[in-house]
Amino acid sequence: MLLLLLAPLAFAALAFAIPSGRIRPRVLLVGAVLHAAGVAALWVLRPGPALGGWLALDAAGLLTLSTVSAVFLASGVYVQGYLATHPERDNRVFVGSLLVLLSAMTGVSLAQNLGLLWVIIEITTLATAPLIYFKHDALSLEATWKYLMVCSLGIALALLGTFFLALASAGPGGPRTLLLSDLVAAGGTLSRPWVRIAFAFLLAGYGTKMGLAPFHTWKPDAYGEAPGVLGALLAAGVTNVAFLALVRVTTVCQAAGEGAFARGGLLGIGLLSILVAAVFMVGQRDFKRLLAYSSVEHMGILALGVGLGGAAAAGAFFHMVNNGLTKGVLFFAAGNIHRAFGSKQVDQVRGAARRLPISGPLFLLGFLAITGSPPFSPFFSEFAILSGAFHVGRPVVASVFLVLLALIFVTMGSTVLHIVQGDPGADEEPRQFHDRVLTAGPPLVLMLVVLALGLWVPDALTALFEAAASAVRG
Amino acid sequence: MALWTGFVFVLVVGLDLVVLASSRLRGAIRTVAFQGAVMSALPLLLASEHHQTVHVLALALGALVVKGVVIPGMMLWAMREAAIRRELEPIVGFVPSMVLGAVGVALAFTYSGSLPLPIHARHTLLVPSALSTVWTGLILVMTRRKAVAQVLGFLVVENGIFVFGLLLSDFMPFMVEAGVLLDLLAAIFVMGIVIFHINREFASLDTRRLTSLRD
Repeated sequence: MLLLLLAPLAFAALAFAIPSGRIRPRVLLVGAVLHAAGVAALWVLRPGPALGGWLALDAAGLLTLSTVSAVFLASGVYVQGYLATHPERDNRVFVGSLLVLLSAMTGVSLAQNLGLLWVIIEITTLATAPLIYFKHDALSLEATWKYLMVCSLGIALALLGTFFLALASAGPGGPRTLLLSDLVAAGGTLSRPWVRIAFAFLLAGYGTKMGLAPFHTWKPDAYGEAPGVLGALLAAGVTNVAFLALVRVTTVCQAAGEGAFARGGLLGIGLLSILVAAVFMVGQRDFKRLLAYSSVEHMGILALGVGLGGAAAAGAFFHMVNNGLTKGVLFFAAGNIHRAFGSKQVDQVRGAARRLPISGPLFLLGFLAITGSPPFSPFFSEFAILSGAFHVGRPVVASVFLVLLALIFVTMGSTVLHIVQGDPGADEEPRQFHDRVLTAGPPLVLMLVVLALGLWVPDALTALFEAAASAVRG
Repeated sequence: MALWTGFVFVLVVGLDLVVLASSRLRGAIRTVAFQGAVMSALPLLLASEHHQTVHVLALALGALVVKGVVIPGMMLWAMREAAIRRELEPIVGFVPSMVLGAVGVALAFTYSGSLPLPIHARHTLLVPSALSTVWTGLILVMTRRKAVAQVLGFLVVENGIFVFGLLLSDFMPFMVEAGVLLDLLAAIFVMGIVIFHINREFASLDTRRLTSLRD
């Protein structure tokens, strides 16, 4: 486990040291492949806790880590093609930061101490900032600044919340610790008012990092201006690990007898996020920003699933995997379309399916998958959350959820169809960019995985969803 | 001893108000640096028999170096490089923001006594000072337009959280405290670089110009 954490850092150092901008992306690829192999080894070995219990592998962590690793591997391949189209940009910081980000996301998945968890999440923020600024223009600079300020402030609130939680554990007979297992074991001795205050701050703090409304303001800017590959990693990695952090906190609240309070907060903020996403998707003229609001929506769905508890919680973990993989497809395809047309404005992009025979249709399929069309896997996870809502006796929540999903399907659909269909028209200057193995392959493979998960979910995976959900279920 | 500690807390809160009122960036940075240096004495003053001497010394020294010397030094350097000398232009005027800060301080000192602290607070002024400082920092981030001033606000928020963390320092693992300090250092470093780029790109550090991205 420790190796999985440190190897990407070593590769990052190597990437910083290598002078050649052509060889450097290969280091990233090797790092991504080794990381994926390491995660596969974790599935088989299931090692026990390390570093005195500060790092441990549990069901929720393994799911998050696997999603991160899969999307990062796809990104590692995609980046080879992406950086080849931009030989003029210095990629030293880009490649190095990506590897640091990989290490940090691994760390969050494994961290069992809430203090350590906070420290590593802050590292993900800092590692992402230079990645957003990769284009080095005024707009990406603005996006970077907003991302840094909003997320740093949010994260500062989360630190205060973490301290409140430590304070809650410091009462008479309390465990006086931030170690997750000790906090859960000593649940009853925690000071309940302080657990509530702590949860409120942590929800706002890590909710900012997840991009839940009303703390999502950084998201459209960052996703819109960052390279497509970073959009994929933000949507499938950084936001997912923040969700994992919230899950960890919810586990503690559950043990302290404040599970209903925590789930109520998650449910409310989840529904609000889906609503805000639906409203802002209407009339969105920039398709990368559209994807950002889709990410707000799906983070909302995750919070909603955990907030509902019961069968919906298992559905939420399934959805975390599905959303991560599908967002990979969408952002990779969107990046290709952006490059092929030189624009991400919906008005200027038409007939993507003709100009990009693979990425165009993939963008359409990715849209169908993310909005919950069978037979793709997000349909099944959203369905699990929906039926879970009926099971726990929340028909109103379920109905609102369903209406919002339908609304989002229509608004997102009209934009996506506009982009994909039609005649691209004659381009004045024929562009260099076409679908190639390195840029169209990764989204294609991810799409196939999403399809496969829709048709058949291995029993081992289902068991993991159940195990992860049992920790937060009421 | 308790008298000295009380004096330090009052000084920290007083410096909050000074930052809110200061109209010059350079002066504001120096004030925040002084606040960081002053509060780095708190771990020593609040130490009890439960603490390990090395831990307390390391925490105080780390805070002094990071908050009192390195970060303000980096910010002053960034200002010199970017050739910023103009005064702060707040969205909310200095007097209203000071009043807002003072109200926060008053509320914190009035009501923090009624908070049900599960442990014995080392000093009655600890929690209200921490909360007022966090509040001051939030006001600074929200009401200032200059990028440097916003970073300064973020720094004040972190100072407040640091004071609050002292309540827990007898069982907070050293690794976490060190990690928090290093993260802060790295965050200011990254923000400093971004500020440098903003200045080059827009020939100004006014975040009002960062308004092209909106819905």
